[in-house]
Amino acid sequence: MAPDEEELSINEQAISASEDEGSDDERKHKKLLEAIGSMGGRKRKKQNERSEASVQVSEYFVNAEGTGDKVNLSDLLGTVEKTSGASNKTKKQLRNLQSSKETLELPLNKQQTEKIQRGIAYEKTTAEVSCWKNIILQNQKAEQMVFPLNQESSGPKRVEQVVAGWKVQTPLEQEIFRLLHGSRQPVNDPVLTPVEEQSLKAMSLEEAKIRRAELQKARALQSYYEAKAKREKKIKSKKYHKVQNKAKRKDFLKQFDEMVKTNPEGALEELKKMELSRMEERMSLKHQNSGKWAKSKAIMAKYDDSARKAMQEQLQMNKDLTQKMVVPSDDEHESIEEGLETVPDFVNDPETVIDPVNPWMRGQLTHEEPEVSCVTAEEVQTAEEENEEEEIIGEFERKRKLRQADEEDLIPTEEEQPASEVVEEDVVEVSDKEEEDEDEEEDVSEFNTLFRLMRSEKTREGSNQTRGGLNTAGEEDEEGLLSEGQIRVRSIEDLEVLDEVVEPRAIEEPSAPQTAAAEATSEPPHKKKREINLKEVLTKEAKAVRLPFLPTVVDEEERDEQISIIKEAFAGDDVISDFIKDKSRQEAAGRPAVVDLTLPGWGEWGGVGLKPPRWKRKRFRIKTAPPPPRQDQKLPDVIISEKRTASVASHQVSQLPFPFQNTAQFESSIRTPIGSTWNTQTVVKNMTKPKVVTKLGAIIEPMVKEDFIKSKTTAAGGKGAAIMLGENRRAKEGTKRSAEKHRGRRSQKRKK
Amino acid sequence: MKVKVLCRNPDDYVRETTRDIQRVPRNYDPTLHPFEVPREYTRALNATKLERVFAKPFVASLDGHRDGISCITKHAKSLSTIISGACDGEVKVWNLPRQECLRTVQAHEGFVRGICSRFCGTSFFTVGDDKTIKQWNWEAPGYGVREEPINTILGKAVFTGIDHHQREGTFVTCGQTVDIWDEQRSSPIRSFSWGVDSFSCVRYNPVETELLASCASDRSVVLYDTRESAPLRKVIMQLRSNTLCWNPMEAYYFTCANEDYNLYTYDIRHLDVPVTVHMDHVSAVLDVDYSPTGREFVSASFDKTIRIFPKDKGHSREVYHTKRMQHVICVRWSADNKYVLSGSDEMNIRLWKANASEKLGLLSAREKAATHYNKKLIEKFQHHPQVRRIARHRHLPGDILKQKRELREMREAQRRKEQNVRKHSKPGSVPLLTEKEKHVVAVVE
Repeated sequence: MAPDEEELSINEQAISASEDEGSDDERKHKKLLEAIGSMGGRKRKKQNERSEASVQVSEYFVNAEGTGDKVNLSDLLGTVEKTSGASNKTKKQLRNLQSSKETLELPLNKQQTEKIQRGIAYEKTTAEVSCWKNIILQNQKAEQMVFPLNQESSGPKRVEQVVAGWKVQTPLEQEIFRLLHGSRQPVNDPVLTPVEEQSLKAMSLEEAKIRRAELQKARALQSYYEAKAKREKKIKSKKYHKVQNKAKRKDFLKQFDEMVKTNPEGALEELKKMELSRMEERMSLKHQNSGKWAKSKAIMAKYDDSARKAMQEQLQMNKDLTQKMVVPSDDEHESIEEGLETVPDFVNDPETVIDPVNPWMRGQLTHEEPEVSCVTAEEVQTAEEENEEEEIIGEFERKRKLRQADEEDLIPTEEEQPASEVVEEDVVEVSDKEEEDEDEEEDVSEFNTLFRLMRSEKTREGSNQTRGGLNTAGEEDEEGLLSEGQIRVRSIEDLEVLDEVVEPRAIEEPSAPQTAAAEATSEPPHKKKREINLKEVLTKEAKAVRLPFLPTVVDEEERDEQISIIKEAFAGDDVISDFIKDKSRQEAAGRPAVVDLTLPGWGEWGGVGLKPPRWKRKRFRIKTAPPPPRQDQKLPDVIISEKRTASVASHQVSQLPFPFQNTAQFESSIRTPIGSTWNTQTVVKNMTKPKVVTKLGAIIEPMVKEDFIKSKTTAAGGKGAAIMLGENRRAKEGTKRSAEKHRGRRSQKRKK
Repeated sequence: MKVKVLCRNPDDYVRETTRDIQRVPRNYDPTLHPFEVPREYTRALNATKLERVFAKPFVASLDGHRDGISCITKHAKSLSTIISGACDGEVKVWNLPRQECLRTVQAHEGFVRGICSRFCGTSFFTVGDDKTIKQWNWEAPGYGVREEPINTILGKAVFTGIDHHQREGTFVTCGQTVDIWDEQRSSPIRSFSWGVDSFSCVRYNPVETELLASCASDRSVVLYDTRESAPLRKVIMQLRSNTLCWNPMEAYYFTCANEDYNLYTYDIRHLDVPVTVHMDHVSAVLDVDYSPTGREFVSASFDKTIRIFPKDKGHSREVYHTKRMQHVICVRWSADNKYVLSGSDEMNIRLWKANASEKLGLLSAREKAATHYNKKLIEKFQHHPQVRRIARHRHLPGDILKQKRELREMREAQRRKEQNVRKHSKPGSVPLLTEKEKHVVAVVE
């Protein structure tokens, strides 16, 4: 039924389209009706029909009674109910229609329809346009934009790209191409030619079987091996891996020994490899105990035995790895190399400039660890001397342990049962803390004594040593690290300097500076708590001025002369006390003055010699609030002026500029330099790269939608179009874009 | 006895070839290079000063027209060619590097109202007061051959503006209606009208190529989509917009030049409030054009100046003027982002640098690095009063300054009055409007 109806409607449309054709039309209509009748299957009764409704013609078989009346829906429906051909659905619909009394609404007026149309169109357009949002945001945020967009890279292209765009044009090329393809040579992936493949196929059955078995075996073996490796990899125990590694190493050594005998070339290669690994180790800081882990361990090392061990192991590893392979003939070379190796490190260290002649430069006012300044005399230490420190730490760790053991003997109580005595815990903690503090101080003093001991030993050795510096093997083993430090003292001057450093210490006031140093080192944790007594600190430091550290190479006499001259020049010039006075004066000036507003004689008797009463003074003397603490309050050796100077103010930023949220942010942005004086070239390049880069003489075209937004329509569109978009679009862009093609594509889209 | 000798590895200091640059060992230890902030500050200050010293934006003046310039357009494919139309109906094709006129055509009777170039750069269209649209070949005719247009279309009313589609053979004109034409037909394929107005400018969106915007004389800016049957939306402002320009890199932004001395950047998705109000001109703004990078735009004003605005800033970064330049009627930004062209009443086309202190031509690598560094320094220290003061200083003619001062006073008075009204009326009855909200009267759907 349904298809019939459809056809009918189509035919009707066709008829309605050609309405004005008159009689022709009628004939067609008749034909159509006949056709419909024949389609129905059953034969319908032929009815007489009138083509035109008019009163005059209807004399015989049609009543002209109800000509004036309107035809109601119900009149028509009555017949429908009876006809068997109409579907139930249509009947139902018609019945509903009949029952409803509503009239259709008037169509909207033109203005309103247009408004609605506009609204819909606008929504559509905005939705379409907003797909640019991400791209626009991205471009706005981009650090650098290069125009024209979508530039073709000027560099060399991949072969495939070039070949894909290339077409055979001339007959010669065609011929060559035919030849190339005819020979069946592999063009893309030269693995196997078809001929070879064929020959492979043509293997005999037995061969093939054997081959297959082999392959199977190999595969099985591989899978076993993989499984094993996986299992082993899963084992978490470090010890296990350590043992494994050790075993491997041993194995390797054995192999190597054998190799030396059997295969010297291979051995040589292995040797080279080892040498390379040694070099790498020396370059890197991997086992130098300078990483994060090592630092954390160093903190723990005091208390944790295993941590210490781990650190030592690391160092040992470093030593092992950096140890040169002993090749007996190259002894001299080695020593030379060692010398070379040590020199550059030393040179690279930025030396603190200390004028030995000027006494004013030597007196350091800050409590900035005078220990360091003492050490500067023999600042010829390299990275390897960290090991020395390790040794020291280890040693005094041992000592501390001993002492702790003693203490534990004395006080064997609290730590053993902390859980049982909850009430006492606080007390215990406090005492522990105190202990720790004490410990620290003691540690420091111990360290100092140790240090002194070491130094004296060193000097003794230095004096004992012959110029050649030939040490016995035993000595080297004992304190190889220390002796390494000594090797570097080669020139006479260095030695002299060293002596001078040590000698006066031996002669005069051995304790005072050391304690000062100890205090300095122990200072930082207490810094916040203690009030610094200016004079005390300064006077102590003033003593330190006399400390001898004369590291340079100036001639003795000359220097003495200079010193005497400077002393003469500045005789009676006590800079430090002047400074202190100056500072106190400034502080006093900064303090708010008391304003006295008392009017003598006001509200009482006045006259000579009469003083205003106490209540009055109390009431009218106004004290302003104290200013915020001075910035230099806790810095004994600095005067920070807090006055605003007009000459500088004109260059200073008065308000926090917009994008910054606090002053710290802004200051940090100013503080980081961008010039090549402070940064490496690449960093400068990165920091100063401009936001917009344009190519000289290139036309910057507006964005092209297809480049940026891969819409569904283009992806689903005709195949030809898609290919053109994907492959050759760029190439075409440069030359020309024919309007016709685009229009064609558009029409395609429209049809869809 | 061993003799120890200092020895160095020649690899550290010997060049491999003579073409290599000398290796300069550098120590970046900060203790060796103290005072980085003061030193950079001084450099920044010097850079700012130099920037101002070198700021000489005027490049050339092209004279030859015998009446005021009414419109300029760029060649679509050639940087060195432009066309200009004058108020006497003459159209001239110019070569910029040689600064000479290549060709003169008497195109229309009366004003040449608009010129546009075809996207492929083979021909251009002109419209004039004589109700015609003419298409001309870019190539000049041979010697002795008369200049004749390829096509001439006679319209029913005067056309006031024309713009060509970015990729297809259609163009749009405006006059009494906005008409869309096919190049092959002599009647418009579609025309939009919405109320009775006359339009002063119509522009295709260069990115979303089916979108259009036009300025109408009823103070409105109307949006169209050529795929739709009706216009999209209209925003009515307090005063008329003269021209508008779409951002070539950001599809939904356009800027219109208004009679009320300001320019307004709109987002077409939210037309009720402009995104930015650009104010600095002291007279009606007559023309606006975006830089091809979409970062800035240039505006021409009746106050005899050209200003360059960053697209998201409320105030201009640059103002160009010369003693002899009169009311600037049209302005264009060159397609390589380097130059700005302005046509003014006194028959001259002027070529300006888009970046006043930029050095033209090829730069060596060191020069480039130095300019980048200087730019960055100025940017870094831009908030410091001295740097800002120098960088912001511009010379303006006395009368413009005076007008500026007057305008400020007027605005202040208006503000004061509004405050007073607000004080003396029921709270809430006089709403506090921002500068952006003030200028939009209505958005009509």
